Amino acid sequence: MEIIASRPLSLTKAPFHYCPGCLHGVAHRLIAEAVDENELRNVMTGIAPVGCSVFAYKFFDFDMAEAAHGRAPAVATGIKRARPNMHVFTYQGDGDLAAIGTAEIIHAANRGEHISVFFVNNAIYGMTGGQMAPTTLPEMKTTTSPYGRKVNDIGHPIRMCELLATLLSPYYIERVSLLSPADIIKARKAVAKAIRYNKEERGFTFVELISTCPTNWGIDPIKARDWAKENMLPFFKTGCFRDRGEGVE
Amino acid sequence: MSKVLMKGNEAVAEAAIRAGCRLYFAYPITPQSELIEYMARMMPKVGGTFIQAESEVAAINMVYGASGAGKRVMTSSSSPGISLKMEGISYCAGAQLPAVIVNVQRGGPGLGDIQPAQGDYFQATKGGGHGDYRVIVLAPSTVQEFADMAADALDLADKYRNPVIILSDGMLGQMMEPVEFRPAKNDEELQELAKQHENWCICPNEDGANRHHHEINSLEIDPLILEKHVNNLFVKYAEIEKYEVRYEEYNISEENEIICVAFGTASRIVKSAVNDLKEEGKSVGMIRPITLWPYPYECIARALHKNVKQVYVFELNKGQMLDDVKIAVAGKCDVKFWGKVGGIVFSPEEIKEKLLECF
Amino acid sequence: MPRMTVDPNYCKGCGLCIVACPKKIIRFSDNINAKGYHYAECFDQDSCIACKMCYVTCPDVAITVEK
Repeated sequence: MEIIASRPLSLTKAPFHYCPGCLHGVAHRLIAEAVDENELRNVMTGIAPVGCSVFAYKFFDFDMAEAAHGRAPAVATGIKRARPNMHVFTYQGDGDLAAIGTAEIIHAANRGEHISVFFVNNAIYGMTGGQMAPTTLPEMKTTTSPYGRKVNDIGHPIRMCELLATLLSPYYIERVSLLSPADIIKARKAVAKAIRYNKEERGFTFVELISTCPTNWGIDPIKARDWAKENMLPFFKTGCFRDRGEGVE
Repeated sequence: MSKVLMKGNEAVAEAAIRAGCRLYFAYPITPQSELIEYMARMMPKVGGTFIQAESEVAAINMVYGASGAGKRVMTSSSSPGISLKMEGISYCAGAQLPAVIVNVQRGGPGLGDIQPAQGDYFQATKGGGHGDYRVIVLAPSTVQEFADMAADALDLADKYRNPVIILSDGMLGQMMEPVEFRPAKNDEELQELAKQHENWCICPNEDGANRHHHEINSLEIDPLILEKHVNNLFVKYAEIEKYEVRYEEYNISEENEIICVAFGTASRIVKSAVNDLKEEGKSVGMIRPITLWPYPYECIARALHKNVKQVYVFELNKGQMLDDVKIAVAGKCDVKFWGKVGGIVFSPEEIKEKLLECF
Repeated sequence: MPRMTVDPNYCKGCGLCIVACPKKIIRFSDNINAKGYHYAECFDQDSCIACKMCYVTCPDVAITVEK
């Protein structure tokens, strides 16, 4: 009898503090598996955001940094430039990356920094209790859009993959989802590719992971996945936007 | 070592490189753009990293990262840009990261103007960013001092794992004076610097008994632990207050009838007035704080000899260091203030006139 | 013999593994863990085919699969 699936080495033993059914834990595991596979554990570092995953530095078994809200790509730039022999990723939510951190992500991507960015998009601000995010869908009710997001007042959700794909410098940009085991398997491939490209110093890699927020959407984890499939995926289409390793522009 | 004639902004950059700084991130802003341009030219020559960041916010966060990776790093800006860095500086202080921030002050508030001023004293010494912390603040008054402080700041930052601000101004940044640089760090010294923080910084790891889990972090959600952490910071600050106070006593003697207090560019002008008055037989002394935090309270108190009838504070602002002087004097003497704002530098004649009114 | 094991200390009773299992051999335990969750458990290990879908979907990395 052999173990064919168990806790990756790159995760600490600490239990995740996420809500039951929150898919952050899946994203963490995919990154940890990729780091293990690429044997990067001893030269890897990650940057935790401000958001539900603010304590991510407790969950990965390598050196980690906590960044100010939105600033992770700048912090990653500083670390990578200071220690080019180490490998760096950031892990950010929709507020961290697409609201307060838009300048930092665009410019780190545009400089082509040799870092990987994992963007967990669940169309809401989880940690602070369910406020509207830049990726909140039209008419979606949140605590700061109690009448629904009105696009004629505050505009449409932002699609980060598409936006970053207008830049010439990024090497790999893909959007995946975590909404079913089959999707997670595809997501794993994208995360692993980003980390492999990172190891090979190919350039800036970006993976957006469509996820859920059962607690703040007010529905159970299983219904939350269904809701996301029906409502988020038509707008945030999964797919590869750039992969210079495979000639996709 | 020979002297060279150099602009303040460039001299501090050159000195930082010689002192082993190999990472610099900044955004252009008048009156310190020469600093970033010098770094853009020189950093690649020593195999260092130069990035013109997208904003001062991004720059200070790059500093946070590079410092978190244990390397000597610097940023610079001027007043409005330093405001942008306040969040990052608070984070550096909380995470106990060495960082050197050069502020080439200009007139404020808001966008202000591009002329020299000293309006950021409060920002530099009384926090600036949120939370309970202190940064070491060094105030140069000559281009030579400005350059020397680059190395001193990097050393102090490393020694105490704390941000250090060099509080300069547009005049010192722009003027040219002779500078004698300290010798550049040799390879052995550079290698030592590269390793000095590996007991806490982000660095390569190994499996087994020596595996480490270093965290660069200022978040501590448990209030009891946060309390302990902040108290520890203040144990550190108490040590800095004990050992790192720097000041200059100029013409201080028991005959003094007036004690002036001024820092930076303002102090040079006050010195001129003091010299003039000395020739006219009037005994005026001047205390020039060199560290604005920790502040030389004791030195000022000591200067209050029996003949002193007036303490006069001169600043290029509306009275910021004034508060610290009042604390130092503790009511033993009257404290007057006169300052210029708008980015205007006063003249020795104006200072002399104000002092003569006291006699 | 393939088997899946849930570590009750990590499981939060989210139910995603129960839905994911193609053999429908996972259920909520009647017991609760220290945090009060009815953790998941496999009630028919003989039918386990080690497909790993439970592991793939578990957000708490509570599951170990053996073959």
